[in-house]
Amino acid sequence: MSDAILRLDRLTKRFGAIAVSDDVTFDVAPGEFHALIGPNGAGKTTLIHQITGVLRPDDGNIFFNGADITRMSLHRRARLGLARSFQITAIIGSLTTLENVALAVQARSGSSYRFLRPVAGERALNDAAMHALAQVGLTARAEVAAGRLSYGEKRSLELAIALALEPKLLVLDEPLAGTGREEGLRLIEILRGLKGKYPILMVEHDMHAVFALADRITVLVYGKVIACDVPAAVRGDQAVRLAYLGDEAA
Amino acid sequence: MSIPLFLVQLLNGLQLGVLLFLVSAGLTLIFGVMGFINLAHGALYMVGAYLAFTLTGVTGSFLLSLLLVFPAMFLLGLGLDTLVFRHFYDRDHLDQVLVTFGLIVILDEAVKMIWGRAPLSVPIPAALSGSITLMDGLLYPAYRLAIIGAGLAVAVLLSILVTRTRAGMLVRAGATNARIVAALGVNIRGLFMLVFGVGAMLAGFSGVMAAPIFALEPGMGDAFLILAFVVIVTGGIGSIRGAFIASLLVGLVDTLGRSFATDLLKLTMSSSAAGRIGPALASMSIYILMAAVLFFRPAGLFPAAGRA
Amino acid sequence: MWTRRLLPALLVAVVAALPLVTSADTSAFAVTLGSRMMLFAIAALSLDLILGYAGMVSFGHAAFIGIGAYAAGILDAENVGDVMIGLPLALVVSALFAGATGYIAIRTKGAAFLMITLAFGQMAFYLANSLDEFGGSDGLTLNNRATVAGADLLSSDLTFYYVILACLVLVFIFLRALVASRFGRVLRSTKEHPLRVAALGYNVDHVRLTAYVIAGAICGLAGYLMANQTEFVSPASMTWQTSGELMFMVILGGMSTLYGPLLGAAVIVGLENFLSGYWEHWPILLGAVYLVAALFARGGIVNLIRGAKP
Repeated sequence: MSDAILRLDRLTKRFGAIAVSDDVTFDVAPGEFHALIGPNGAGKTTLIHQITGVLRPDDGNIFFNGADITRMSLHRRARLGLARSFQITAIIGSLTTLENVALAVQARSGSSYRFLRPVAGERALNDAAMHALAQVGLTARAEVAAGRLSYGEKRSLELAIALALEPKLLVLDEPLAGTGREEGLRLIEILRGLKGKYPILMVEHDMHAVFALADRITVLVYGKVIACDVPAAVRGDQAVRLAYLGDEAA
Repeated sequence: MSIPLFLVQLLNGLQLGVLLFLVSAGLTLIFGVMGFINLAHGALYMVGAYLAFTLTGVTGSFLLSLLLVFPAMFLLGLGLDTLVFRHFYDRDHLDQVLVTFGLIVILDEAVKMIWGRAPLSVPIPAALSGSITLMDGLLYPAYRLAIIGAGLAVAVLLSILVTRTRAGMLVRAGATNARIVAALGVNIRGLFMLVFGVGAMLAGFSGVMAAPIFALEPGMGDAFLILAFVVIVTGGIGSIRGAFIASLLVGLVDTLGRSFATDLLKLTMSSSAAGRIGPALASMSIYILMAAVLFFRPAGLFPAAGRA
Repeated sequence: MWTRRLLPALLVAVVAALPLVTSADTSAFAVTLGSRMMLFAIAALSLDLILGYAGMVSFGHAAFIGIGAYAAGILDAENVGDVMIGLPLALVVSALFAGATGYIAIRTKGAAFLMITLAFGQMAFYLANSLDEFGGSDGLTLNNRATVAGADLLSSDLTFYYVILACLVLVFIFLRALVASRFGRVLRSTKEHPLRVAALGYNVDHVRLTAYVIAGAICGLAGYLMANQTEFVSPASMTWQTSGELMFMVILGGMSTLYGPLLGAAVIVGLENFLSGYWEHWPILLGAVYLVAALFARGGIVNLIRGAKP
């Protein structure tokens, strides 16, 4: 446990009288592909917001590589290596696909307080960006304005941006959200290629992706962790089946 | 600095605060519920004052003109909302600022055209023209006390309306998320009209009450508007309680600052230095207050629940 | 491509030649009006950086015009009116004011930023008004224009015209480079999706504050030159109405285009000059222009020409 990349310790967040995160404890081990699932309204997104720094928990702690990041600002967590992809695509539409990724590379390579040299000419940034694009298969679309990409391509770009940050942990918020079957399968293959190279925490509804990729699965229901185990065990867990399928399964 | 003088300025500060509150309450409601930055709100205050001037001149009665201004301003507010502004509630703030800025430029000039550039005055109503002895050596004008009283009464009334009535509840709900309120079947258009009408009415009321004590001049609304912005930013945008507290604070700090800044400075520095810095500091006092509050609480003193 | 090399050179050539090819009277008029247009163009350019490129709606930008102007005025009154002292002073004080007020304003959310910059702008205005020994609300007439390291180079209107043109060109080139630089890319992205930029590890507040300070300093330069050009400084140059005008120059001309502010400044200064000769109540017409621009021309004239979407 002590060498976990990410550790949540009794995390609690209340909105009024409702505990959206209720005493949540789990961890992500180095190199592990960890999926977070749960029915709608379980509090998955709120949890991701607390991990990445958009929201502050009311109680409990978050440890990243041993450091307590519970109260750390969003951008400082990113600097520590916590890379995130968004459920609702968050790309800069007016920049090209390449420039979007180059922006991420730039964050990790030197000062951005340079005012005179044109950034478009920085070979090092562009090369690193192309490398990330290659991993998601978007190199052909490098010069296209990101706003003009298809929805599926944008989801891939989300992933490329996160990769370009040379992350110590990838937090992926529903990477397959809204994608069709073909695009979804393609993304699963890309993610399979990343498995083991980076520790990954993935929130997903797509059970096919979850069971194909996860080393461990945490199940969240009404803010509480009701299971945290290998996929086979989770699949057979009574409480999980009840939560997802209702009384029929019991 | 004597006690009676200090108390007089204290009361003056309260009076300014109360007038500010009437304008700020409408401004913060309109922004909180419709997400609309109404730069023209100061112009509504100005219109109320000029209407009072004309109506008092025509009817000879301040009270009558006050009563007439209420429905007039309400209707004006409805008109502005329905004819012009409703198209801008969904646009971004920059658009709203541009259109209301253009409107102020036109209104300020129109007032100059109709009433002229020269400052005008409205006589204090006869019934309230005397002074009241509050304590030994302390005389305070009855009219100014009436302003404080009327303003506080309106504050209490507003508070009751917003917290105890159905319409008030809808206003508070609309301030948090207008789309959801509309999706629940509530007549959101009617709600917006009501909010704008009431906001205009309050601003006009403030203008009427202020008319006998401030000189009427084109552009008087603009300075007041900026003060109102300071108030709602300090108090917390969207919060009526914040607007109330901040209005009184701003009124007090501004009035007391102008009266006593130089004297206070004389305690720590030479008379001539205090004489040079004092007036400058006094004019900046409320902005320093605003900056100090925002430094510690960027969302203001009583931030309203997040607007979607 | 032609916008990058040819157009700027052409514009500079035209502006430079104007006073030389016209008759004496027209030339003097062109120099005065042209100087005014160019100075507002510098101010509008600086606002475009934060309004157009960074999406920061600042309604108090005229304060920096005032700061630069009063730097010139106060130094002149104290008989130390030299560019070597005045210019750095104008830039530094503007930057400090921008840093202090920007620090407070930038941490607040969207709409509040607008109101706070308006308030701080007003604060600067009242401060200038209270400076009785420097004219108070009436303003101050300069004894003469600033000297340049002791030399009386700026006293000729024509020479000053070319100095202003040179400053405008330098500011334009600097901002164009800035926008295309590393910093510029981050800044432009914060306009579109600040959360994404923060999630990459950038401190969005710092980036915005830096842009705000740069814009403030450049506008202070414009103010310093303005006071010297008219040999007069007063609080009237820093009213919130002026701040609004600057916004319109940027928007009417075309936000985040750099050419837009140039065009916008020329059009609005020109309009004011023209309209004020015809009707006493000309602000109504100006207000109407603003309304129409707000309602219909959000992308500005430059984007209309380019055929781009606003």
